Amino acid sequence: MGRRAPYWLALPGWIWLGIFLVVPIAAMASVSLTTGNLIDGFAQTLSVSNYSDAIAKYSTQLVRSLVYGGVATLLMLLLGYPVAYWIAFKGGSRKSMYLFLLLLPFFVSFVLRTISWGFLLADDGILFGTLKGWGLLPADFHVLATTVAVIGGLVYNFLPFMILPIYVALERVDPRVVEAAYDLYASRLDAFRRVVLPLSLPGVFAGVLMTFVPATADPVNAAVLGGTGNTMIGNIIQTEYLVNSNYPTASALSFTLMAVLLIGIFIYARTLGTDNVLEAAAR
Amino acid sequence: MTEAIPAIELDGVVKEYLSHGETVQAVKGVSLAIGEGEFFSLLGPSGCGKTTTMRMIAGFEEPTKGVIKLLGQDVTDVPPNKRDINMVFQSYALFPHMNVWENVAFGLRRRKVAESEIKRRVGEILEIVDLTGREKRRPREMSGGQQQRVALARALVNRPRALLLDEPLGALDLKLRQHMQIELKRIQREVGITFVYVTHDQSEALTMSDRIAVMNDGLVEQLAGPREIYERPASKFVAGFIGTSNLLSGTVDTINGSSAVVKLGTDDRILVASPAAAGETVDLTVRPEKITISTEQPEGELSVVRGTVNEVVYLGTYNSYAVGLADGAEIMVFQQNANDSSVTAERGDTVWLSWQPQHSYAL
Ligand SMILES: Nc1ncnc2c1ncn2[C@@H]1O[C@H](COP(=O)(O)OP(=O)(O)OP(=O)(O)O)[C@@H](O)[C@H]1O
Ligand SMILES: [Mg+2]
Repeated sequence: MGRRAPYWLALPGWIWLGIFLVVPIAAMASVSLTTGNLIDGFAQTLSVSNYSDAIAKYSTQLVRSLVYGGVATLLMLLLGYPVAYWIAFKGGSRKSMYLFLLLLPFFVSFVLRTISWGFLLADDGILFGTLKGWGLLPADFHVLATTVAVIGGLVYNFLPFMILPIYVALERVDPRVVEAAYDLYASRLDAFRRVVLPLSLPGVFAGVLMTFVPATADPVNAAVLGGTGNTMIGNIIQTEYLVNSNYPTASALSFTLMAVLLIGIFIYARTLGTDNVLEAAAR
Repeated sequence: MTEAIPAIELDGVVKEYLSHGETVQAVKGVSLAIGEGEFFSLLGPSGCGKTTTMRMIAGFEEPTKGVIKLLGQDVTDVPPNKRDINMVFQSYALFPHMNVWENVAFGLRRRKVAESEIKRRVGEILEIVDLTGREKRRPREMSGGQQQRVALARALVNRPRALLLDEPLGALDLKLRQHMQIELKRIQREVGITFVYVTHDQSEALTMSDRIAVMNDGLVEQLAGPREIYERPASKFVAGFIGTSNLLSGTVDTINGSSAVVKLGTDDRILVASPAAAGETVDLTVRPEKITISTEQPEGELSVVRGTVNEVVYLGTYNSYAVGLADGAEIMVFQQNANDSSVTAERGDTVWLSWQPQHSYAL
């Protein structure tokens, strides 16, 4: 024991990850290369064409997911950064209360929250129904079953995951360092651009990862708020698995999505992680 | 500082904070004028308002009352980025994402100084603070002393009218601190700008400053040169805060022209220059190194008290005696080890303490 203790203590965690992460992924990788159907059974044929077929068939949904996820992430960044900034620098003694309020929606299940958004956005629901009743909106105005509703839902559901890491990064910025910038003739904008923003980039990085990945893969918002024209890749995977029992296609799609996200993250990390960005800020 | 416009002027400056619904006066009315090129120190115990005063001069805090002038111009409402003074923070506050060079160039770039000029001036100042060759280091890759010098260079490179330094050496160990004290003094002489130096270390203030403002509880207790502050503390507080001081309390017995005789015990008499009415109780101070200790009653026009040695401590360059008086007070005496290191008296001995009349006065 002694100095070996950390290794022993980490072992259960590693075993857990090994069994519940690596094994299913390996199993799914294997399934993604099989052919067959539920009745006749699936046989391992190392059929790579599962991938090309699935991508060809569902490229629209794949691209749409990336676009929706990307737009939602961008919106979350634009909405979330000021909120994180406000809590970190203007929150005063009520910071923890604001953070609690931010997390309050998580006490309600994700699906239920999305469904309630559905009610809220319904054509004749409490919001639009009332506004239409007052003649403030045209009678044929609708949001539900549109792109706006899906992206809106994604933004609503994942926003706290953007705010929290940015808040943590901003909270760690030494206020004296910001004052030093003012002292050295920086305007408010300069102090933000060259000191606060670069120092909060690790938080932005984490926030983007924590929102873009789940938002892109999410099936719930598109299913509940999107209608037929807004199907995302998460919905397809779900349908192929649970409805069509087409396990090879579902697995192949899952892996394709994973690969695309990992490549995206890698490129993103290379751009943001290098000193280029910081050097630009120092000029 | 007679006719010239002071570099920095504070006039009746008050700063109140609202904390938990209560008004706290951090600075209770400070007026002072700091001359151009002066090394001026704000000295005082923790919480006396030094940082608050400094932050008002820098422009980070707005005074609740009073006026702040830089070179005769009222800057009370001017934001920090528009004031021609720079600050060296207690914690350095270097930009952690920038290297040394970028840190130092920051102010010049904000002022849109030409890139060639920036190169020249940054190189020059890094040479002065002895950091040439470390331009590419990030702050966290440097020692405390090096970071301190970056902070200094980052402020000095802008050639401000005045430099504010808030306990800039507080985080350094004793040896490095003493080295940096000499360095700071040298740099200040070289660049010739006004330094306002905050410290709670009295020896630091005494060795470095042209003038010192001793602060206590939001007020300036004494503003004078180091020698005067040490030799003639204006109040009990200053006497106690600067160096070791013996505080005595006695009754004025007789008055001889301009000097008074103060009685402590039966055989004791202290000659005080400052006039006071007979019968009045006065507080006196005398520095330990001004006192002569002897085993026989001394002759002449001296202040003399008798006591018993409570403690003798050998301290290398001098011996320190703690002598108990009849009224229970204890007097510290420092005796230089000039000739031999043997002590004049041992613990328990009865001794006479004497000093020249000009070394004690009523507060
Ligand atoms: N933002 C603030 N809100 C409330 N009270 C404050 C604030 N800043 C300072 N104070 C109070 O004002 C007083 C003076 O503080 P200041 O920081 O000026 O002291 P200081 O002399 O610099 O002390 P130190 O040597 O410990 O740095 C303290 O009692 C402090 O608690
Ligand atoms: Mg302070």
